[in-house]
Amino acid sequence: MTISPPAPPSTPTPGPDAPPVAVPDAPPATGAPAPRRTVAGRGFGGIGSDRARVDGPAKVTGTAPYAYEQEVENPAYLFGVTSAIAVGRIVDIDTTQAERVPGVLLVLTHRNAPRLRTKLMGELVVLQSDRVRHRGEYIGAVVAQTPEAAREAAALVRVRYDDEGGDVDFHADHPAATVPKRGAAGNPREEKGDVEAGLAGAAHLVDATYTTATEFHSPMEPHPITALWHPRPGLDPRARRLTIYEADQGPIATQLILAPMLGLLPNQIKIHSPFVGGAFGGKGMPHAHVMLVVLAAKLLAGRPVKFALTRQQMFATVGYRPPTAQRLRLAADADGRLTAVVHESVSPTAKLATFVEQAVGITRVMYATPNRRTEQRVVPLDIAPGTFMRAPGEFSGAFALETAMDELAVATGLDPIELRRRNEPDVDPDTGKPWSTRNLLACLDTGADRFGWEVRTGRPGERRDGEWLLGMGVAAASFPASHALSTWARITFAGGRYVVELQASDLGTGAWTILPQIAADALEVPVDLVDARIGSTGLPVAMIAGGSMGTYTWGNSIIAAARAFRRKHGPLPADGATARAQGRLPSGARQFARHSFGAHFAEVAVSEVTGEVRVRRMLGVFACGRIVNPRTARSQFVGGMTMGLSAALHEAGHRDPRTGHVVNHDLAGYHIAAHADVLDLDADWVEEFDPYVSPTGAKGIGEVGIVGVPAAIGNAIYDATGRRVRDLPFTPDKLVG
Amino acid sequence: MATPAAPLPPRPAHPGAAGRVETVPVRLRVDGVDRELDLDPRVSVLDALRDRLGVTSVKKGCDHGQCGACTVLADGRRILSCLALAASYDGAEVTTSAGLGAPDRLGDLQEAFVARDALQCGYCTPGQICSAEGMLAEARAGMPSHVSPDVRDVDSPVELTDDEIRERMSGNLCRCGAYVNIVAAIGDVARARS
Amino acid sequence: MRPFVYERATDVADALDRAGDGAVFLAGGTNLVDHLRLGVRSAERLVDITRIGLDEVEELPGGGLRVGALVRNSDLAAHPALRRGFPVVAQALLAGASGQLRNMATTGGNLLQRTRCVYFQDVTMPCTKRDPGSGCSALEGYAAGNAIFETSPRCMAVHPSDLCVALVALDAVVRTTGPAGDREIPMTELYRRAEDGPETDTHLVPGELITHVDLPPLAPGTRSAYRKVRERASYAFALVSVAAALDVVDGRVRDARLGFGGVCHRPFRARRAEEALVGGPADAAAFAAAIDAELAHARPGRDNAAKVPILRNTALAVLAGLADEGARS
Repeated sequence: MTISPPAPPSTPTPGPDAPPVAVPDAPPATGAPAPRRTVAGRGFGGIGSDRARVDGPAKVTGTAPYAYEQEVENPAYLFGVTSAIAVGRIVDIDTTQAERVPGVLLVLTHRNAPRLRTKLMGELVVLQSDRVRHRGEYIGAVVAQTPEAAREAAALVRVRYDDEGGDVDFHADHPAATVPKRGAAGNPREEKGDVEAGLAGAAHLVDATYTTATEFHSPMEPHPITALWHPRPGLDPRARRLTIYEADQGPIATQLILAPMLGLLPNQIKIHSPFVGGAFGGKGMPHAHVMLVVLAAKLLAGRPVKFALTRQQMFATVGYRPPTAQRLRLAADADGRLTAVVHESVSPTAKLATFVEQAVGITRVMYATPNRRTEQRVVPLDIAPGTFMRAPGEFSGAFALETAMDELAVATGLDPIELRRRNEPDVDPDTGKPWSTRNLLACLDTGADRFGWEVRTGRPGERRDGEWLLGMGVAAASFPASHALSTWARITFAGGRYVVELQASDLGTGAWTILPQIAADALEVPVDLVDARIGSTGLPVAMIAGGSMGTYTWGNSIIAAARAFRRKHGPLPADGATARAQGRLPSGARQFARHSFGAHFAEVAVSEVTGEVRVRRMLGVFACGRIVNPRTARSQFVGGMTMGLSAALHEAGHRDPRTGHVVNHDLAGYHIAAHADVLDLDADWVEEFDPYVSPTGAKGIGEVGIVGVPAAIGNAIYDATGRRVRDLPFTPDKLVG
Repeated sequence: MATPAAPLPPRPAHPGAAGRVETVPVRLRVDGVDRELDLDPRVSVLDALRDRLGVTSVKKGCDHGQCGACTVLADGRRILSCLALAASYDGAEVTTSAGLGAPDRLGDLQEAFVARDALQCGYCTPGQICSAEGMLAEARAGMPSHVSPDVRDVDSPVELTDDEIRERMSGNLCRCGAYVNIVAAIGDVARARS
Repeated sequence: MRPFVYERATDVADALDRAGDGAVFLAGGTNLVDHLRLGVRSAERLVDITRIGLDEVEELPGGGLRVGALVRNSDLAAHPALRRGFPVVAQALLAGASGQLRNMATTGGNLLQRTRCVYFQDVTMPCTKRDPGSGCSALEGYAAGNAIFETSPRCMAVHPSDLCVALVALDAVVRTTGPAGDREIPMTELYRRAEDGPETDTHLVPGELITHVDLPPLAPGTRSAYRKVRERASYAFALVSVAAALDVVDGRVRDARLGFGGVCHRPFRARRAEEALVGGPADAAAFAAAIDAELAHARPGRDNAAKVPILRNTALAVLAGLADEGARS
């Protein structure tokens, strides 16, 4: 399945200004055996080996215990009470009826909730006052002996509000639109060259506005939590212990944020998250329900309190991808070379907590242009906070950029791949640094070959199958290989087996399976002798599974720990031998622009009768460094592409214009792709090794798979019908009449 | 029905003003084991399994019949346990994915799911597998689907093309996007069993 | 969910005996349990009728079918007599919900399925259908799913069923039993218009139990089909749908039945189009004129105007397909 591109360099050629770089996996001074780059086939089943998911048997039999399923003694069940207004004050909250329901243990409101010590994270400041900040916010909770009683009682809590209305309606020309503070999501505004001159002198100009919809992560597992405050053994506050079972992308965020807010030290909070039923960014940070349950459990110390959000609540308080309205101007000379690029995006943010869907970032790295201006603005509204969702920013921006590139291809008469070839940058247009690896053109060429791109005529309406018009589209993708935290791993030898321990998390990504592969290579032992322990505090602190950073960041620390282990204990360690080490960014890495790349090809059929769109075929070809496990990697690429297809065809949360809540707040109203929507879909990659991201050679794969998919599909729709749809999703109403 | 339905008590009075709950006896045979419960009649088969019996090889995804994660076989037919009141299923034989195999002796569908990497987070997976089991039985029995070439043709056996599998499995959502591998895994089993 | 008492009826007489006094019949539960959990509905008592029989499909003399109210959707869709004689019904059933839901949902229950309007399902928002007199949130709110036929400011909701669209088109008859004895109600008269008061969907009286649905025979040579347009390829409610039966003799339409789904408070029978079709030529121009005669009465709102061209195209395609099929045989 892995194929070689037309000889792209497997290691980067440093640019003329780049300093010499240290080879990151040079043999350590002790002379212990050093891992080599080419490791597949060395017999360890390590990096590059096709390994079946080790958690597969437990998952297919339903016996892998997720957070809600962790056994606790005598649990009580919570159900949340949520606000019916957007902004205002709770005048009265009558809990009398709720308290009378048999089995009710506690009705929690702002009147009796424990006070928080700090307001570190606004989203978690729940039940601390009579203020309501968005509709659907938790304003109370009922805890009862059974889930049925808790829910029944929660519906009986009577609330009177002083309703102050609120500003909940997002539109691109909202007067409150403002450039966010730097740091909210990268640099919100940048300009280089002379944009006006570049626009004025252009032979071709694309100037269009694109919109993306409010999208929800919608993992199949609704956010669950069980919280238990252990009875205090004495008066010493340092003796308090809080245990939490939740589904998260790494326990460190919840631990470090909750501790100061609760007046605890981090090590007083234990968090377990062994199996996670999907996350996609939505379980990266704790959300309001975590604090709600923790506060309720505090009043019921000694009793575990359980809650799993309802699907409807999943559309209210656990984040979403904010919509965008983006104006893109692409100016090009007669040969299709970009003379100016202007990308302006505006999206809503919550007044309660700023999250910026930074859509313009991708435009700074994709194509060469002498003149460029990009600007991100936000409109603060009285709505629930958004959060990062798979390829935050890049997903939204790529829809605009890669659709506009297709429009430019039409305008110039160039093949869309050729247009991209002509605008391929030698160095990162954003930073001017050389690329660590960039094989976008290899992805495009390989994909074109495999997909049969030559069938495309570029003349809409020519290919059909009965009432179905057929078309092909392409789009490019990229996602940065960031470095957030230098974190730790520990390796222990016990009972003849090696255990790799760190606070990593497997969201379905394959971490359980691939972390032992990385360790096996570094330790030079068969992978079946290596186990992983992840998903819990108390293990070495690690980066969360987010930003496509997990595998290579964890890999860095695992390789470092393995080397430390061999240095310390040699090839024949004693039982109980252990070593830990911190993984670091490879030396010299900062001299390079580091990104994953990819190309998406789509063939669609659009019904002339109904406007329904079927994606008949899709192929993604990626350049993401070394692929650690082709089996799980392919699943992750295909998963990203499937989610992109879903966003292209179906996904849109609709807010009520008066209250700002999402009205289609369930899986019958908010459609995600079903089996029948996903036909022939495959992923492939080009051979690559990127030493400047990690000694594993890997770059991130979790997010690049979704970037650009809606553009590829939309471009195929144009190729089929001649109709350019610039607003996601591509529902029948936009393609009929 | 696997076991006879328990006789019900005579018609009780309406619930009192305080909302006192009249429980009902419910017998279920779950993955081959007889279980007896005394349940609030509001309890679904799903919650009876997960919260009362500790049977967590069935998952709650939406609680409203919109995702398929809670699919079980009830007397051999695939149903959504979230919309099934346990009281109404008194006497039923309920099979979850744990009843179709164990980690050290996987059933054929389970084996195929692992082999094809037809799962990622794994949360929808037990429901997919129970649904596939039920679906294969429906196809064997000749039940048509939305994509069957001609519903009037009642004589030809169902040919489980990929399109047929997709349509028949569309009640099981997977957000990780394992669909292509799930269809491949089910196709493998359909061919192997025929 | 409000507490209720659970009772299990042993037969039809027992079910009727247990009716009244805040009792609600429980059949497949796919819609009722959903709504009980949301708080959209409540019951003092739930009378489980799943074990009272009524689960047979009977072939009537002359080619009709009598379908028991408790026949599951999947069993009905698989029934050979239905598939051969009434493909539009089988297709409508198979276009609805999912395999699991069809295994649970019953024929009678499907008739009583309630709207998917987002405001009806959200007890924190006003909705006259759920809470009489409280007003319609959809008027000023999210309105893409709203009705385009027989619209009323009292309620903008649409009926969600696929099966009912086919049954309305075929002049199916609902047989009931209840406190006032047995009744036969044509499907076309079972449902209320929004203007008649949206708080109740049907003209059934409290305690009345659907026992059967009768499908009268279609003239030999009649072709029928159901087509559903939705925003997902499967497992989605209709954006619009069309149920049609067409009897063409010598190039002219002898009989035409046309039902539309997703467009009206009730399963919609397109009688104006049918009148225009009957006696006319079975060609595209005549079909278009007939459909346009019906669509002239559509009143789309600001967010659902696309339903008109989608419905027009789909109805045309279905009629053309049936005429073509008839011509080829």
